[in-house]
Amino acid sequence: MSFDVVIVGSGPAGLSAAARAAELGLEYVLLEATAAPANTIQRYQKGKHVMAEPTVVPLRSDLEFSAGTREAVLGAWQDGIVRLGVNVRYSAEVTAISGAAPNLELTLADGEALQAKAVILAIGLQGNPRKLGVPGENGDFVQYTLDDPDEYQGETIVIVGAGDAAIENAIALARSNSVIIINRRDEFARAKEGNLNLITRAIEDGSITCFYKTNVASVDASRSIVLNTETGQTRVNCDRIIARLGAIPPRGFVESCGIEFPSDDPTTLPELTGRYESNVPGLYVIGALGGYPLIKQAMNQGYEVAEFIAGNDILPADHSILEQKFRSLPFGNDVDGTLSLIRKRIPLFADINGLVLRELVLASEILTPRAGDVIFQQNDYTNSFITIIEGEVSIETDGGKSIRLERGQFFGEMSLLSGRRRSATVRASVDCVLLESPRREIIRLMNTYKRVRRIIDQFFIIRTLRAGLVPDLPFDKVAAVAAKTELKLFKAGDELFAEGDDGDGLHLIRSGSVSVTRNIGGRDIVTTYVAAGNYVGEMALLGQAKRSATVRATVATESIFLGADVFQQLLLSQTGLRERVQDTMKDRLSENLRMEAAPDAGDLISFLMQQGLGEATDVLLIDESLCVGCDNCEKACAETHGGTSRLDRSAGPTYAEIHVPTSCRHCEDPHCMKDCPPDAIRRASNGEVFIEDSCIGCGNCERNCPYGVIQMAGEKERAPNLISWIMTGRGAAPGQRKPVDASGAMKKAVKCDMCMDLKGGPACVRACPTGAALRMSPAEFVNLTKKAS
Amino acid sequence: MHESILAYRKRRYLWIALGVSLLAIVAYLFDDPQEPSNGGTVLGYTLGTTGVLLILWLTWFGVRKRRYSSTRGTVQGWLSAHVYLGVALLVVVVLHAGFQFGMNVHTVAFALMVLVIASGLWGVFIYMRYPERASANRDGSSRPELMDQLEDLDRRAQRVAGELSEEFQELVESGVSRTQLGSTLWTRLRGRDLSQIILRQGGKTTVMANPGQEAALDWLANEQSRAVDADSLAKIGELSALIRNKRQLLRQIAEDLRLQATMEIWLYFHVPLTAAMLMALIAHIVTVFLYW
Repeated sequence: MSFDVVIVGSGPAGLSAAARAAELGLEYVLLEATAAPANTIQRYQKGKHVMAEPTVVPLRSDLEFSAGTREAVLGAWQDGIVRLGVNVRYSAEVTAISGAAPNLELTLADGEALQAKAVILAIGLQGNPRKLGVPGENGDFVQYTLDDPDEYQGETIVIVGAGDAAIENAIALARSNSVIIINRRDEFARAKEGNLNLITRAIEDGSITCFYKTNVASVDASRSIVLNTETGQTRVNCDRIIARLGAIPPRGFVESCGIEFPSDDPTTLPELTGRYESNVPGLYVIGALGGYPLIKQAMNQGYEVAEFIAGNDILPADHSILEQKFRSLPFGNDVDGTLSLIRKRIPLFADINGLVLRELVLASEILTPRAGDVIFQQNDYTNSFITIIEGEVSIETDGGKSIRLERGQFFGEMSLLSGRRRSATVRASVDCVLLESPRREIIRLMNTYKRVRRIIDQFFIIRTLRAGLVPDLPFDKVAAVAAKTELKLFKAGDELFAEGDDGDGLHLIRSGSVSVTRNIGGRDIVTTYVAAGNYVGEMALLGQAKRSATVRATVATESIFLGADVFQQLLLSQTGLRERVQDTMKDRLSENLRMEAAPDAGDLISFLMQQGLGEATDVLLIDESLCVGCDNCEKACAETHGGTSRLDRSAGPTYAEIHVPTSCRHCEDPHCMKDCPPDAIRRASNGEVFIEDSCIGCGNCERNCPYGVIQMAGEKERAPNLISWIMTGRGAAPGQRKPVDASGAMKKAVKCDMCMDLKGGPACVRACPTGAALRMSPAEFVNLTKKAS
Repeated sequence: MHESILAYRKRRYLWIALGVSLLAIVAYLFDDPQEPSNGGTVLGYTLGTTGVLLILWLTWFGVRKRRYSSTRGTVQGWLSAHVYLGVALLVVVVLHAGFQFGMNVHTVAFALMVLVIASGLWGVFIYMRYPERASANRDGSSRPELMDQLEDLDRRAQRVAGELSEEFQELVESGVSRTQLGSTLWTRLRGRDLSQIILRQGGKTTVMANPGQEAALDWLANEQSRAVDADSLAKIGELSALIRNKRQLLRQIAEDLRLQATMEIWLYFHVPLTAAMLMALIAHIVTVFLYW
């Protein structure tokens, strides 16, 4: 069979493309591997509220879509499919795509071949579930998903897998079934801690049987599974097999179609033209696979790509937004013209793809500061990246000198890479036009384009060297030194170097932090904590040849390593450097003496570092010698944040009367920010990491936070008037408000925002009647060692 | 940072409270009314008004504590001032009365005020001493962690009992479901262990009190002494060790509950007494003006 266009995948992007193709009268078919449209959204929990971000972008589709419950969204699409007579083929899995326009060929799982002039790939990023890979893997009692565990009662169920999904299924099914779990290894190493505890307990108390170090040999149609255990083969009879082996990322399939990716990084997106066409002519990529994870964007692209294929040259839905953005600029009204001007003027962006640049500019702000305006202040916590389209800025360094940057150059990479505060104030020297891009977009760009990464890394090193060690050395000489440095990566707990090693060089901490430990009287004592932006290892280079202490990464850390020979050259060429380094060394030595006199203080600091506080910027601690357990901190948090407390006072570990409650520590490089589809997690200039209203409630941040401080919460009832509550007791007591929506469908992520909207600062600390609640940065931890008075 | 309510800001409110008291004492000493010192003189009225204002402000603490977005100082500062000025109130009111007390409504108001202040001082004492004790008792674990450990011990005991005869299972099951510590503030305060257990002896089952897991341990010791095969002997020994650990843990939890309850109980006096005192105070003021 031959079509104008074949659309693969019936998610929001594919459905919208098919609907448009139907309206345009194209010969088309929409292929869906499963039995229903929009598989990802089908698998949301019942009643889940689906958001329609970004609100600024208008919807452009023949199908309807607005924020609402999962059922309403799916219902509207189903109606649209019927109304427009969309030609969908379900259970039609595509196994291969070959050729190029106008002779593309698709092979289906059942062997059928389809011909098409164009193919739209809209398969998302979820991938297909990994199968058992043994004979019988497609048996009718073998399944790869589990929607509702309560559907099964009294069955014997074999679960294959050791990840979180397998464990969660096993625990849920074990309530009313007999469950056997098959683990390839001898432990559940990949699972989250909570799940690990649950499964270990269930296995211990016999409610779940586990086969460790066991593989599946085959599946028998007579409802049994053959296992290769350590002691030989065994057969287990069962009613059902559920394999939860993760998903095969779609990239392999996409590459097999001939589509190229610019780098091996898993976050890289395929190269696309402004019309979503890949390097294979006639093969188009839209939706999450093309880097657009939000439903509305995907639907708009589906509409647009069908128009492009039909030969209509329409403007993208975001055209008007760009027009609006560029309106105040002195470059004329032509959007494409302005985009190519940006590319021409900024060498960093010279090679990047048109669609990526467009997306970058869309996500960025255009700033037009007047001469003398401050762009950002030293010690601000912002982490955006700024390029100069027009004008000139000056960076005001600590030494009172200023560095001039002109058109085409960039700044802001220091905070971007280290997660630390701004290291200098930047001011516009003349009227400027600047492009301020969010950190996430630049990180994505760096992962995709090696050249962009190389240039930004190089400038980071040059500017760090000039800021900390050699402010007077001319640029080209610093660049020569920078070329001889090495970027080193350390995992939490790794040694940068050990006490007694030969001093082979100096580490400038680029991101993360390190602790310095010395062995005194047979005992390891933490003597100091060094944050990003500082250096370690100078002592061994100034005379003492051996390392006098062990330096360990407290969290994932990057350092710029200067070899001893390079450093000695620098000492000769830069006057005053030796004295500056000696001053730092003197401070370190006196700090060492202080900490050695109070070895317990070192233990407290290493306890705090073990809690991951090395990557914190501002953490809530509780002095248990003052805490009376009144929970006024939690009540204050709840009552200043719509009724939900973002901290759990009693949870968390304690050492030497210092308690670390479950509460956000506003990490330097926040884990929660890593995968937020609407980019709703931001960092304010004072360092607060907060979640904006555009949160779509996906729960990624909750899963990504290693400290469990983010929760999904719905709206709570209104608080009664305080005086009338005190007098009559009617209404909810502080901190006791009930959810408005009992089903809990519409939940958004909530976390500590350090009360950035309150004039007085964090309510938890201000509401503590005894002064037990403290907020501080890791650099202040040494103060804790002085006892309460 | 890191200082108690008494030491707050170099004892700023102690000095203010001392100043207020001193001022009242000096005024009282230098005052020379035409009648014996009492609430009806000019100074008497002045001190009385000061006292009422102080009482209203002290009572307002209950509101300020819950005004979580207020920027008027911190709750710790307010509490520090509440404590010191609360004590100064005693001086002001005694001088207001001119040391005259009797069997009347005025003295009832005074007596209630003294009780409020006394309960407050009790609270201060508790706040100074008990947090450290509670922290030391928990020994680095949090209450939820202690409860988790308890659950874990119970589960392990159930598993061991599962390999023994039915009586053992019944012992462990009932021991788990009938472990009871401090269901009310009063039992928590007394650190009472109301746990029970079901024992099967000579064919009949009895419910027995099991404080400190003693009944369970006794029964196990008895069984241990009569066990014949090595395997069940070892299992009973293991079970007994688990329950001894549980006994230790229960003690720790009961102590935590007791200390926590002690840190709360004084408020159950302080607050209602304040309400009663306010009533008596209104009666005192109304009476004074009625008989004027």
